[in-house]
Amino acid sequence: MNRGRSRNIFVSVAVGLWMTLLTGLSFSAEEAKAPEPAKVEAPAAAPAAPAAPATPAAAAPAPKLPPYFTTTSPDPKAPLWPDPTGANSGVWATPAGDAKGDVPDKLSIQDVYDRMAHNLYSINYVWALVAGFLVMFMQAGFMLVETGLCRAKNASHTAAMNLMVYPLGCLAFWVYGFAIGWGNWWNGPVPPGWYPSLGPGLSVLNEGWGLGAAVDAAGAATGAFTYGLIGLKGWFLTGAVGDAGVLVLFFFMMVFMDTTATIPTGAMAERWSWKNFCLFGLWVALPYCLYGNWVWGGGWLAQGGVNWGLGHGAVDFAGSGVVHSMGGVIALAGAMVIGPRIGKFNAQGKPNAMPGHDVPMVVLGTFILAFGWFGFNPGSTLAGTDLRISYVVVNTMLAGIVGALAAMVTLMMKGLKPDTTMMCNGMLAGLVAITAPCAFVDPWAAAVIGLVAGWLVVESVFFWEARGIDDPVGAISVHGVNGLWGVISVGIFATGQYGAGWNGVVRDAMVKQYGADGVRGLLYGDFSQFIMQLIDAGTVAIFGFVMAYVWFKISDMITPIRVSKEVEMEGLDGPEMGVLGYPDFQLHSGAKMVE
Amino acid sequence: MKMVEAIVKPFKLDEVKEALTKAGIQGMTVEEVKGFGRQKGHTELYRGAEYSVDFLPKVKIQILVPDEKAAEVVQVITDSAKTGKIGDGKIFVTNVEEVVRIRTGEKGADAI
Repeated sequence: MNRGRSRNIFVSVAVGLWMTLLTGLSFSAEEAKAPEPAKVEAPAAAPAAPAAPATPAAAAPAPKLPPYFTTTSPDPKAPLWPDPTGANSGVWATPAGDAKGDVPDKLSIQDVYDRMAHNLYSINYVWALVAGFLVMFMQAGFMLVETGLCRAKNASHTAAMNLMVYPLGCLAFWVYGFAIGWGNWWNGPVPPGWYPSLGPGLSVLNEGWGLGAAVDAAGAATGAFTYGLIGLKGWFLTGAVGDAGVLVLFFFMMVFMDTTATIPTGAMAERWSWKNFCLFGLWVALPYCLYGNWVWGGGWLAQGGVNWGLGHGAVDFAGSGVVHSMGGVIALAGAMVIGPRIGKFNAQGKPNAMPGHDVPMVVLGTFILAFGWFGFNPGSTLAGTDLRISYVVVNTMLAGIVGALAAMVTLMMKGLKPDTTMMCNGMLAGLVAITAPCAFVDPWAAAVIGLVAGWLVVESVFFWEARGIDDPVGAISVHGVNGLWGVISVGIFATGQYGAGWNGVVRDAMVKQYGADGVRGLLYGDFSQFIMQLIDAGTVAIFGFVMAYVWFKISDMITPIRVSKEVEMEGLDGPEMGVLGYPDFQLHSGAKMVE
Repeated sequence: MKMVEAIVKPFKLDEVKEALTKAGIQGMTVEEVKGFGRQKGHTELYRGAEYSVDFLPKVKIQILVPDEKAAEVVQVITDSAKTGKIGDGKIFVTNVEEVVRIRTGEKGADAI
């Protein structure tokens, strides 16, 4: 989801430019810095990487690059982007976009390269889109897990919430979410020589607001900010962002947000009034996209590396924090405001079990989610040409399976039976936790991360329940608690092999010591990354919780958050939806026989 | 005529039915019922929390027999439904005043 990752797509072109820059940087840093040997850097010692290398002025003697790499239109009066067909991203070979025909020996090296670049973009488009389809299908998984864990009398209502949070969330994302989250994406921190994997059209996402506006040599605002806070372009996807690449990004980010949106429906199930839920569906894009802007949209958390010298800034590959923690803390706030289901706790506050009505449904949903995760995590490269996807896939798989096993062992060591639903939670917890570190860690670390997640989810379910928080499906524990664990685990286990220049951070000392400045956790020599991950985790926990708590209190005044006692006792299916999940469970006379 | 009502464990139903058929019983009525006895149900675990199941599922078998056959039927059911563990169930035997076969209008022993 971040832009550092697509660096190695165009290695051949990038390397020359980059080497020039690195050499320049190391010389200047060398001169400025005292001669003491470079140990693990103190924050102040990090060389100020260029905040906005989107303006490649610094690399003055750069070779002549095609416009789809420099994103500068040859004729400023006729800008090449936004480009609604993608025709300006290299040359589409068939039919030949440049009318040269595809006679191999008539093509110059430039012509061939144009065609190759177009194919690279194509692979990345298809990869991101297909991965996005898998993520969209995870909605079905959430529906099955949440509905199966509810009682039969609320099945239709719970399923309907999972259905409608997709259209409600998507509408809000289209109207305002994408703009505030990704409207200033282009001005986020990137390493020198970086090219966007989805093509130059993303350069139109260049308006936002923040603290400390950056200016270029001529004193004109570049659109970048020292502390980016919000994006401001792309409302309703109007013509200003009508670009083929932007729409790929929109789609991919949209299906991610719906994962967040559907997490609280589980924690608040069996008692949430429909009207209040609808308001929530339109609101959830606000906290999600604001925080998304800070981590993925080039905002202040992503800039933590260039501003404060803390590792690479907040690193969250596919969204343990952005997607899952955010959903989990909203779920916690919601469960606290709405209160426990009637009968969940007895007079002494001891929890009663309220068994879900369809356990095989929960298992099916878990499998669908685990399958969808193979889009969620590797798709977050936004580049099928980024060969690190194999690590991402294997790490995702290992964390998920170890998570399920760890939950099972934890239960059995407590003298309990291996509760099917808790093992499902364990698998999902492992998947949630590996979402942030999946590209940066070794497989053994993925297994360890899953191990901790599977243990943590069991302890967490008991922890919240003992404190009077009623979460019918374990959403707070799976997504909230393990999302935070996932964010923090990046700062522990990241190996430094991947993510060189991530968030625009290229530290001379790191390059000197390790050859490249990849994302590196405390076990591999960068303690500052761990600090930054703690800051990121704290931010999402506090920001998400406060936003959601205030929202649920306010929306409760607009339309009550909770159904009446009578409706809750009867089940929400009839009174709220007018359609029973399982009408045959009721005693009724059936259809009258017609004589 | 006697009505023999037996409440047995659900998984014992097939055994009981076969034993009764062997003993010459030609018909029976079966219901899924729930209830409790001296044990007052039992407790189960779900996601680490205990919950009590007050009414356990059982199967109730009703068999209408001539007076002289009642003792044998009771014995057959006792033998075939027994596991020796708590919750094996109970058998009730009551007098029946009248029986009518709806199709023919036959009454009494002819209608069994």
